[in-house]
Amino acid sequence: MADEALFEFLHMEVVSYLFKTADEEKCIPILENMGYRVGHSLAERFTRDSSRFKDELDIMKFICKDFWTSVYKKQVDNLRTNHQGVYVLQDNRCRVLTQISASKQYLEAAPNYLAFPCGLIRGALANLGISCIVTAEVQNMPACKFQIMIQRSQ
Amino acid sequence: MTGQRSFKMAVCVAVISKENYPLYIQTIPTEDELKFHYTVHTSLDVVEEKINNVGKTTNDLRELYLGLLYPTEDYKVYGYVTNTKIKFVVVVESSNTALRDNEIRTMFRKLHNAYTDMVCNPFYTPGDRITSRVFEKVVNGMMLQDS
Repeated sequence: MADEALFEFLHMEVVSYLFKTADEEKCIPILENMGYRVGHSLAERFTRDSSRFKDELDIMKFICKDFWTSVYKKQVDNLRTNHQGVYVLQDNRCRVLTQISASKQYLEAAPNYLAFPCGLIRGALANLGISCIVTAEVQNMPACKFQIMIQRSQ
Repeated sequence: MTGQRSFKMAVCVAVISKENYPLYIQTIPTEDELKFHYTVHTSLDVVEEKINNVGKTTNDLRELYLGLLYPTEDYKVYGYVTNTKIKFVVVVESSNTALRDNEIRTMFRKLHNAYTDMVCNPFYTPGDRITSRVFEKVVNGMMLQDS
């Protein structure tokens, strides 16, 4: 379906435009901030009809299921936690990476495409009351791991 | 006007941020506006209490709508908290018997929808005071209704 591809194409263009025009070291933070704002708004919209979340894990499940489905048309494949504020979301076919050749060739370029999704998660969680740091890790191309480290205020 | 009092739905509508500062507060034209600010302010403790009890009591409150927060002599205060911890408070007159739980629910629903639409406006910075005209229109629609 065309509408599913739209986001991917737009995202690719945003990334390539930024890397052409802005300083290289500024690109990732800019993309991350864009994602943050989008995630913030999306969280507001997607949680409108859901019931109140019980705890942190409940919110994470929401991110893995409803949020992921709405944004990427699939669920997160695996969610793990050490129960001490670290969550790992594994997506075996990350939408933003599926158009890139699944070999080691473009592994270096992958972080550029994952900055926006990281910001997206961070923004959504921030709006739901969890401040955190989100990092992404790629080992085999379309698979990606997002690590969420919760920052406790106290 | 024939001197007959128009039928009012809400006398005060307020939107409170996550950090408990007011994002928006609108009252009916009155000299005693501060009284409503005070009423809304005191209701925040009740809101806090209600959301902190989620998961602890048996009658689990998983709904966003909190119901009647507290009645005063002249007014009834209702609350609603979104998943993003934005609080909506609506004050209605106690004498207003036409408003039942269902109507209040619908009111909050409308308010929430208007709020989400407003947040998704790219020119709005989250956490700022609400100045959106569309939002204001929705609120005004709740406050006045000629019978």
